[in-house]
Parts: sequence; C-alpha cells; structure tokens
Amino acid sequence: MNAGARAEGGARSFIVRVLRQDRPGSEAYWESHSVVHEPDMNVISVLQRIAEQARTVEGKRVAPVVWECNCLEEVCGACTMIINGRVRQACTALVDRLLEERPGAIELRPMTKFPVLRDLLVDRTRIFAALHKVKAWVPVDSYHHMGPGPRRSQDEQQMAYHYSKCMSCGCCLEACPQFLKIELTRGRDESAEAFRARCFAAYDRSFMGAHAIAQVELFNQNPIGKMSARERLDALTSEGGIQNCGNAQNCVKVCPKDIPLTRAIALAGRHATLHALRNWFDR
Amino acid sequence: MAKKRVLVVGGGLAGLAASMKLAELDADVSLMSLTRVKRSHSACAQGGINSCNDLTRQLGDSEWRHLDDTLYGGDFLQHQPPVKELVYWAPQIIDLMDRLGVTFNRTPEGFRDQRRFGGTLFKRTAFAGATTGQQLLYALDEQVRRWQASGHVTKYESWDFLGLVQDSSGRCRGCVAQDLVTMEIRAIPADAVIIASGGCGGIFGRSTNSVACTGSAVSRVFQAGARYANAEFVQVHPTAIPGADKLRLISESARGEGGRVWVPREPQDARPPGAIPEKERLYFLEERYPKYGNLVPRDIATREIFNVCVKEGLSVDRGRMCVYLDVSHLPREMLDAKLAGILEIYEKFQGVDPRAAAMRIFPAVHYSMGGLWCDYERIAEGGLNLCSPRTQQTNLPGLFAIGECDYQYHGANRLGANSLVACIFSGLSVAGGVISYVNSLPNGLAAEQSAALFAAERRRHEARYREILARADSGPNPYRVQAELGELMTRVATVVRHNGELEQAYGRVRELEEEARRCAPSDRGEWANQNVVFVRALQDMFPLARTILKGALARDECRGAHYKPEFEPLGVDAADPAERRRQAEEWCDQFEQNNARWLKTTVASLDRDGEPQLAYEEVDTSLIPPRPRLYGVAGGDLIEQAFAERQARRAAGRKP
Ligand SMILES: Cc1cc2nc3c(=O)[nH]c(=O)nc-3n(C[C@H](O)[C@H](O)[C@H](O)COP(=O)(O)OP(=O)(O)OC[C@H]3O[C@@H](n4cnc5c(N)ncnc54)[C@H](O)[C@@H]3O)c2cc1C
Ligand code: SF4
Ligand code: SF4
Ligand code: FES
Repeated sequence: MNAGARAEGGARSFIVRVLRQDRPGSEAYWESHSVVHEPDMNVISVLQRIAEQARTVEGKRVAPVVWECNCLEEVCGACTMIINGRVRQACTALVDRLLEERPGAIELRPMTKFPVLRDLLVDRTRIFAALHKVKAWVPVDSYHHMGPGPRRSQDEQQMAYHYSKCMSCGCCLEACPQFLKIELTRGRDESAEAFRARCFAAYDRSFMGAHAIAQVELFNQNPIGKMSARERLDALTSEGGIQNCGNAQNCVKVCPKDIPLTRAIALAGRHATLHALRNWFDR
Repeated sequence: MAKKRVLVVGGGLAGLAASMKLAELDADVSLMSLTRVKRSHSACAQGGINSCNDLTRQLGDSEWRHLDDTLYGGDFLQHQPPVKELVYWAPQIIDLMDRLGVTFNRTPEGFRDQRRFGGTLFKRTAFAGATTGQQLLYALDEQVRRWQASGHVTKYESWDFLGLVQDSSGRCRGCVAQDLVTMEIRAIPADAVIIASGGCGGIFGRSTNSVACTGSAVSRVFQAGARYANAEFVQVHPTAIPGADKLRLISESARGEGGRVWVPREPQDARPPGAIPEKERLYFLEERYPKYGNLVPRDIATREIFNVCVKEGLSVDRGRMCVYLDVSHLPREMLDAKLAGILEIYEKFQGVDPRAAAMRIFPAVHYSMGGLWCDYERIAEGGLNLCSPRTQQTNLPGLFAIGECDYQYHGANRLGANSLVACIFSGLSVAGGVISYVNSLPNGLAAEQSAALFAAERRRHEARYREILARADSGPNPYRVQAELGELMTRVATVVRHNGELEQAYGRVRELEEEARRCAPSDRGEWANQNVVFVRALQDMFPLARTILKGALARDECRGAHYKPEFEPLGVDAADPAERRRQAEEWCDQFEQNNARWLKTTVASLDRDGEPQLAYEEVDTSLIPPRPRLYGVAGGDLIEQAFAERQARRAAGRKP
C-alpha cells in the first residue's frame, strides 16, 4: 500500500520531511513521508503514523523514524526537536497550526547542539552532567523523620516553582549562541565507563547553559540549599560557568515552560560577582 | 564482604524513593529505566498528594479517618494492615518531601496549603502548582543524582528490563536487560530485584498514561512465575481530552469550580455549543443526580457519560464519542485564578479556548489498581513490621514490587491523590525489608554466583531478540495489532462489563496474540531499534490483557471500578414502609452473601501453557468492618440504617 497515493474518503494528506541519520557520525539525509490528516493530530501522532507505514512518499520501504517521547503532555521534556525550523516539544506541536504556518509540508530535524544517536534521537547527557556540576539538590542530613521543611512565603514558593518546572528539555541550549555542540567518539579500546568519564570532563569545561544557571538560583534560594550556596557559586563561576553567557536572551524566548531565565541569569550574575569578591577578600 | 547490590527497575516516584533510601542504607543500587528517570510517567500527576494534616486534624480528621476513606473508596478490597501503615506514614512523607524542596503551594502565613479531592470531606491534598507529580519526581530525582555523584547509585537509563535471573532454588539473582541505543544485551547481577515499573495503560491503546506504561516489566516477571493480583480493577477517569496519540486528563477541579457536563438534546446537533440554547441542552448529571450534580464520584460520572454516548446515542460528535464539559459560563477572572493550568492544557492541545467554548471530553483508562501480588508482615496493633523481608516481596524470593505496579493499597477503586503517597511510601518502606532479606541470604551474594547462570539467561534473551529481528516480512503490522487490542480492551473491559462480550474478547485476544508472535519489524538494524523493542513489549501485553479479561469474567458482582449491570443489586423501590424495610433487609442479606463470595483478592498465575489460573485469597478486614457503598442506590438511607442496626446487634451479641 502506497501511503502517498492513499486518499481514503477524500481525506487530505500532507508531506513530512525528516532529516534522518542512521548512526552517530554517519551522513544525514532528507526523506519525505505522506501522512493522512486526522483531527487533533500533533507531531507525535504523525511520527506514530510514519512508524506504522514505514514507507516513504516514493513507496520505498524504510525503517521507522526514531524519536524520543513519553508524557505526551509537555511535562517530561523528552520530545524536543526542530519543527519547521523552531526548537520545541513535538507533543505540543499541533499539525493544523503547523500547516497554517507553512502549508503542505512539515519539516522535522534533530537538535543541532547534541550528538545525534539516530534520526531525531539525540544524546542529552550533557544537560544532566550540568545538574551534577551545580549540585542541583537539597542536601538534607537524612531521610528520617525530622518534622516539616522550613516555612516559605507564597512569593518564594511561586519563584521556586517557576524554576523547578524545568524539564531538562534543552530548548534553551539549542537556541543559545554560546552553547556549542560537543561530540566525542568512543575509542576502539575504550570502555563505556572511561568514555563516559571523558565526556563528563569535556562537558564540565564547556558552557553549562541557562537551565543550569536557573537551577543554581533555585537551590541557593532554598532555605536548606542556601547552606551550601558557596559550592554552587564555585561551580557557577568555574570554567564553563556564567561568564560564558553573552546575554543574547534567545534562551528565554524558546523555553516551553516560560522559565524566567533572563531573571535567573541576572540574579546569578550578581551573586557570582559578590561571591568572587568575597573569595578575593577571604584570600 | 561485598556490598549488597539491589536492582531497581523503574525510576518513577516509587523506584526513586526506594533507590535513595537504599543508598542511605549503604546498598549499591542499580537503577534501570526505559526513559531518563526524570522523564518518568509520575511527572504527569497534576492534582496532589494526600495525608491527614495539622489543619484537618482540628476539624476532626485523623489517620484513622484517612484509612476509613481509603478503604470505603476501595470497596474494602484491600488488606487493611498495609493501608493502615501507609496512612500513618503519610504526614511524615509530606514533611520529608517538603524538606527535599518540593514547591508545595503556601498559605499567606507560609504553611503548606491543601485542597479537597474526591472521596473525602477533608482538605487532605497538598499540591505544587498544577504539576504535583512532576515536582515530587524532581525532588527524588535530585536526591538520587546526589547518591549517583557519591557512587552509591548506578543508572541504566534507556535500558529495557527483559527478565529475571533466578538460581536453581528460584531466588532472584539479577536481571537481563538491553541498552536501547547500542542494543547490547547484558546480565546484571543483584541480590534483590525491585519492580517499580508503573501502570499498564498501553494495553488499552490510548489512555491517560505515558508511552512507557506498557506493563512490559511486570508481564515479564509474571511470565517467570510471579503472581498478579486484582487485574480486573482498572480505573477509568471521567474527563479526558480525546487525542490522536493520547487521552489527556482534565482534572476533577474543573467540575469542582462549577464546570457543567452536558450534551445537546438533538443528537449530534451541528451548531457550535455556544449557539445551543439552554433548554435544548441535557445536563444529564445534574438531572439524574440532583444532590451531587456534576460532582458525583469518578465511577458514576464515568458510567453516565459512557451511557449517554453509547446507549442513548447523544454523543456530541458523530465520528467519535464525547460530551461537553463547560466552564464558559464562569467569570474569566475566576477561571484564570483557579483553573489556568488545566485550561491551558486544553488550549494547548485542542487549539480552542475553553473560556470561550465548551470542552469536548470523554472517559479514559487511567490507573491500574491491580498489580504484582506482594506480601507484608502484620503486627498486633494492625500495622506492619517494616523490617520484615516479607514487606512488598512477591512470591518469587528476592523479587519485590512497589508503586502503581503493586496491588496493595487501592482495592477496587483508588481515591484521587492517594497514589503518589502510596508510591513514595512503598518505595521507602521496601528498603528495610530488602536489606533484611539480603542479610539472610543463604549461598552468598549475587557476585559470588556462577557466571554460567548469567550467561545462560543472557543467551536466552539474545535468542528472543534475534528471533524477532529475523521474522519473515509477511507478518502483520505491530502498530495495527496494538490498535486493535487497545480498542477491544477499551470496549469490553472498562466502564461496563458483560460476560458474553468478555468471553468473546478473550478468544479474539488469543488470536491477536498469535498475530503479535508473527509481527515483522520494519527495522532490521541493530542500532537504536525502537521497532523491535515495540514488538517485544506488544507481545508481552497479552498475558496481562488476558488476565484482566479472565478476572473480569470470573467476578460476577459489582465492586468499585468493576461494574457488571447483570449483577447490580436492586435498590429499595416499594412505597409501603414495611415492604421498604423488608427490601432493605434483603439488600443487606445480599450484600453479606456477596461479600462472603467475592470480598477476595483475585490472585492469578500463569500455568505451563501461559493460561492465567485464578485463585482467591481472603482479605484482612480486621480493622474496619466492610459496609455498603451506597452512592446513588435508591433507598440508600434506609439500607444504611438497616445495616448499622445489624452491626450494632452483632456487636452487642459478641459481648458476654
Ligand atoms: C494524568 C495522570 C494524573 C495523575 N494524577 C495523580 C494525582 O494527582 N495524585 C495521585 O496520587 N496520583 C495521580 N496519578 C497516578 C500516579 O501518577 C501514578 O500512579 C504514579 O505516578 C506511578 O508511579 P510509579 O513510580 O509507580 O511509576 P511511573 O512513574 O509510571 O514510573 C515507571 C518507571 O518504570 C520504568 N519502566 C517501565 N517498564 C520498564 C522496562 N521494561 N524496563 C525498564 N524500565 C521500565 C519507566 O521508565 C519509569 O521510570 C495520575 C496519573 C495520571 C496518568
Ligand atoms: S542569555 Fe546567555 S544563556 Fe541565554 S541564550 Fe543568551 S548566551 Fe545563552
Ligand atoms: S530552562 Fe526551559 S528550555 Fe531550558 S531545559 Fe529547562 S524547560 Fe527546557
Ligand atoms: S513527550 Fe513529554 S514533553 Fe513531549
């Protein structure tokens, strides 16, 4: 059955152009699929139809396009890709809207700042490495019962909630001119563990990105997290830290969770300066 | 001595809670998940997390009342001791999550704010914006990252759990799993294995669940001999947005704030909802349940919406079933202040502003009360001994189950906001028992087991993988097989169940299972092959699907989410008072007879031919005696009175 020629009951179809790549390091290539229009479609359901058809518009049998998703309601951060030239979540990319913007065809590409594993699936380990680096956690003593946490005002809660909605999707990093791709290849005799350590070291030296800066603010404002604020500020001002940010403010425009990244960067910048001064006096 | 190694399969709330607690107890934890753990399904929970709290206490609430609400809501199908332990822990769990930095909403004075959820009169539900599950998940994810940094936790993210490694005595000694990118299949030794793999909504095709909720890990241990309990209890949420890929939840709070459910009286009236005059609308919940209106409990709302579409043919659309959930009559400022988060979901996915036009919604499969059978050790006061290795242990030694994939806490129907707390509780509480279990292990730790044991299991799974890769091209399309399975299961095994349909469906599911065994992958590559992984997960849906059908078929009664109209007891409808009294007594007789027959846990195990065999286990109801759930029953007041008198008489009779 040639999906491209199919027009059951006069249903409209549209073309989906996908930039595919079979393996890390291999050549990328464009491929077109034809998908029959259904009500309430988003890019996830488009990719599901493509997987089911597994045929290009020319009728050639191909492997389904590989991509990542889970929640399908924009809370898990898995499905980031570049859709019609814009980095965003595939689950909230509605087909009718996309076709209004650009009639006839939808274009899907993997993020460009992360190594492609296959098709639209990229390796975003670096995002999580940054969370390690800035110690993005509340260092409680134990999980025994010690009563409730500290009282917090509604304003504090609101601010913290804004930052803590970050779903590590990477949109802000894709858009950032200062965040450059790092792609290492595993050596022939290198163990997975050694390779991982080498990647982490490389990530550590390069720009952490807006999401990690916002996490520093989140945890340094937490009443318990505050107690180890200096460790996070050390990370923030080390190589790959906030000094790399050129204040282009692209990040805040693409964050699907509307996280006030420019505010976080401004505050973190101020805190970093104070921290540097304090370190200087302590010397 | 080598360190104790524990494998946790699943990094949702339950798996993360277990991992951090085990790390604190100095175990060496391997944490495995299909997705990055931060992207687990728990992130989807919106509403909140329940516990008795300082405020509700002063209004007469207590842990005991939380217990009572939970048992009543679950139609008394739970063993009571684990639920008792859970509700007494709940306040401490919220405190702990608060310390871990969860951004719970605050009162002006800075205390945690609470809201009211279904099935209770108290404001027990703490919440963090419109994404409580996400916020709880992140707090635990952060703690586990901390333990990862200190070397206590090793993550296997983007790995598929394929099966257990069991030694000759049947003890779990680890697992075999596959890296979803490199496709490497590896055996991972462990002294105990904890399954925390969440629900199985995928069996119903589209549901409110995430993509990873296929039930695959559970099915694989079920096939290895673990028992599965109460499979037939599947919760359907009344209000979800029908979508091409997923059915997205619209929280109960939309109705709580004044949302109304209706359909046009004229079937499939083509006018836009706003253009249909009041008198041509059927507000069927308000009409049929004048007292509770749109806020009837979940199961009732679900059944009514279903009936209005299926039986009465009044669905809003012709092509698919849906009714209107309308908030467009409410003031915009109020909607923005109280419901913004929820309304945005609708707007985002439907491209329609619900402040301006009624939403189209329909019930959707939401939660599995059933799950892996697991054990507990009761203490005299009615709670649990949490140091006992029996805590959350399945019938396979060394295999534990926690979170949505265990069956212990919700009986026949889960109360809103009780799942998150049960997931964290079971995760924390399993840790002590696991350590006791590992300490008492005879014949050494997994690290000392023979390499041949692991190699053999690895080869078995490698062979299964190769078999799927090598299948003939002519096989059926796996995505179509899943779609048909999902449609069938949704049609016969959700809101309303009939024995004839269930029986027929069982046969068809058998056929589909055969087809799934021949499904050909369209991808033959050996790098990030999602297609093969899908085919394998699809095949593993069938043992669970058949167990759900068989359990539902066998259970000839109505209980919680399981509703068979043929077996619904009649209410009190006579006019004459004496006759009414007689009917009420008869109702109570029937209720007691039915409980004697059906107040039992369904425990399924697969026989040699892969056929689920059902057994029934007594339920421990020693703390609160079961009483009828009389919602919407005609003459309910009278029945309640008659039943209370009976119980009083019995209590008096027992006294010397
Ligand atoms: C839309 C929605 C809203 C909800 N709202 C609420 C609410 O307000 N309050 C409430 O109390 N409850 C709510 N619930 C229920 C609650 O969210 C879930 O029951 C709970 O989050 C389940 O957590 P879990 O830890 O058991 O599993 P999950 O969070 O589902 O995690 C399962 C884990 O197992 C892994 N896994 C699965 N299979 C495999 C495999 N084969 N190999 C390796 N890893 C595997 C997954 O990757 C994942 O990490 C809601 C549910 C839904 C769907
Ligand atoms: S403001 Fe900083 S982090 Fe944001 S895009 Fe610009 S350079 Fe990148
Ligand atoms: S800050 Fe926003 S864009 Fe960046 S990772 Fe977090 S959610 Fe995504
Ligand atoms: S699938 Fe979770 S954000 Fe899109």
